[in-house]
Amino acid sequence: MRFFALICPCLWFCSVASAAELRFGLSGDPKTFDPLHVLDDNSEVVRYLTAGVLVRVNRVTDKVEPELAESYKLSPDGRAITFKLRPNLKFSDGTPLNASDVARTLNTALDPKQASPKGDTFRTDQGVPVAKVNSPLEITIRYPAPKPDLERLFDALSIIPVKAEKIPSSAGPFFVSEYRPGESIRLTRNPYYFQKPALDSIRLDIQPNKDIELTRFLRGELHFINKLDPESFDRVAKEKPAAARNLGASLDSDLLWFNQAPSSSVPEWKHKWFTSTAFRHAISESIHRDDIARLVFRGHAHPAAGPVSPANKFWFNAQLKPLPYDAAAASKALASEGFKLTGGVLKDRDGHPVEFSLITNAGNRPREAMAAVIQDDLKKIGIRVNIVTLEMGSLIERIARTAQYEACLLSFTSVEINPTEQMNVWLSSGAQHAWWPLQKTPGTQWEARIDKLQMSMASEPSQALRKKAFDEFQQLVVEQEPIIYLVNQDHLSAISPALKGTQPVAAPPQILWNVGQLRLE
Amino acid sequence: MRRKLASAILILVALCALFAPAIAPFDYDRQFRESPHAAAGGQFLMGTDNLGRDRFSRLVYATRISIVLAPAAAAVSVLLALMLSRFSSLTTLCLSLPWIFLFIIMRALLPLDTGPFASILLTFALMGVAGWAWPARIFNASIRQIRQSGWLLQARASGMPSRRIALIHVWPHLRAIAVAQFRVLVPAYILSEASLGLIGLGVAEPLPSWGNLLAELQRPQAVSANPWILAPLGLLMLVMICLEEVSA
Repeated sequence: MRFFALICPCLWFCSVASAAELRFGLSGDPKTFDPLHVLDDNSEVVRYLTAGVLVRVNRVTDKVEPELAESYKLSPDGRAITFKLRPNLKFSDGTPLNASDVARTLNTALDPKQASPKGDTFRTDQGVPVAKVNSPLEITIRYPAPKPDLERLFDALSIIPVKAEKIPSSAGPFFVSEYRPGESIRLTRNPYYFQKPALDSIRLDIQPNKDIELTRFLRGELHFINKLDPESFDRVAKEKPAAARNLGASLDSDLLWFNQAPSSSVPEWKHKWFTSTAFRHAISESIHRDDIARLVFRGHAHPAAGPVSPANKFWFNAQLKPLPYDAAAASKALASEGFKLTGGVLKDRDGHPVEFSLITNAGNRPREAMAAVIQDDLKKIGIRVNIVTLEMGSLIERIARTAQYEACLLSFTSVEINPTEQMNVWLSSGAQHAWWPLQKTPGTQWEARIDKLQMSMASEPSQALRKKAFDEFQQLVVEQEPIIYLVNQDHLSAISPALKGTQPVAAPPQILWNVGQLRLE
Repeated sequence: MRRKLASAILILVALCALFAPAIAPFDYDRQFRESPHAAAGGQFLMGTDNLGRDRFSRLVYATRISIVLAPAAAAVSVLLALMLSRFSSLTTLCLSLPWIFLFIIMRALLPLDTGPFASILLTFALMGVAGWAWPARIFNASIRQIRQSGWLLQARASGMPSRRIALIHVWPHLRAIAVAQFRVLVPAYILSEASLGLIGLGVAEPLPSWGNLLAELQRPQAVSANPWILAPLGLLMLVMICLEEVSA
């Protein structure tokens, strides 16, 4: 009897394991299952896996491929797009899906009462698009003005069912069949989806502890870890070399900037330094980016060349190269600006010792280590840096509202390769304009030029012209360095050799983007 | 004999902390960038950390900070607890306050040019002031028992002044509790300092403390690579055991 009791769970486990169920960890519970109100990463993973979208951007070729729409056609003026849907489409609960569902989804996303973040991407300065249902299988969406990359927007718009539920039915390849808060989410294959994915189901284990997630992966309980820190990656590379996957530079950048906003907390003489391009350039030149990559990220990072990571192959300006470390050249440049090194302390022409505080978020050990490297580098040219770690809320308050800081060390995370994604950072009137938020008018000529280039990138229909504008923008940022780009971290993953069909990319959702082709052996 | 040995160890640790610049082979913030994660031995007695900083030198300097400030903060808490223990509602109120928000507000109010040492001094001072309520509750319970004792009634009946009763009769009963609470609070404050680092109130880079050195133990795989990462934990345990021996 005891033997039977032991063998039963084993048989059950074998039967579960033999089914094609993909397993991986999620750092926390999704905040929502409503695809139009997703804000956090965990909800976004579930959304992506269950999303029924009209088109999908192939993350490897960057081409737009048909999904629920079998074809689409852009109008010659770049204002409208017409989708032709596949026949007999259905949601996971068996209810039919047609063009009116697409129109309803778009209108819901654009409804100001809904405050849907997905709707924001469809809005323009000229107004919102209007959806017209031509037939049950055809819909036209028209903008008041040309909208660049119009078709790509629909990669993120999941078609929603009529019946609003906490866990809605899905039009995508999988649907949420089981949710145990704090424990797991099971996604089951949608029997009505137009294509049959190789996987039967996906189990997402809620696993906030990264060390436990790694241990479970090494034990073979999870099939992949989407993002690893350098230390854990090295451990995987040592214990399971075939599973360690370095996807190269990610889209994220680590950077620092000086507060250039008029602020009571920054003395006038420091404001003069921070607004001087020569000063910022000298600081940039004195930071040993290679050492940051080697020491802080164990070699799994690359010195950054500018505002765009080389991972963004199309939009990256290949003419730009990372600024090499040259403390002597920096000292020389500072001397020509009137700075003097006296007794190991750099002083400006009025005799003020050059020192500033560098704020960063507390609890992020790599960033604190990066700050220590910068502090040590700048000490060599006589500049004293006081590192201040702040709780994230306090830090955001200072950089976005009160402007009570001198310099800030942070990172920018990109989720898209679209160059207009960070427009709110670069437009001088932007709320997240890093060095001077909500600037009334551009303070300098180069800032005015950045504004103009940003607007041109957002409205120019020709991709070639947008690329030209974006290249000029990158060049300008590197010349003026309002933001000093430091390194681009590598995207490090672990993928079990049992998981086949993966084509991981640096852009989210790195490993999962082609979930339809993933299979287990 | 054990007591003498414990005293000798404590004196030795205190001397090491006092003469840290003479004992540590390098400055705590000197980065040997060509030798990150160096193994123990040779130039670096306990190896180096990820930035190539000598672990032994950092431990010596960290001892200087933690061995003085954590016991000082614990002493402040115990003293305040003794003084305020009779106000039981105040104790309950203090226990229910979300102190973490006070710490966050304090950090937000601190000027950014506050040096790392001033920042850590304030952190321990705040811990000392905020931490009195826990021992106060224990003192309060003990004092209630003492009040009902026959010997106290006899002392009062014989006309002994209150101060003399407190010093000669009550204090010997409370002393053991005070010492025990002190012993509990010292390591608690050292670890709390590491946790407060998460809200920016711990010891800022590049200053070392036992707290931020112990924080490295969060990554178990790092310990297998260099077991000397355990040295701060060993030293903390040794100091606590010696303190117990000395105060027993």
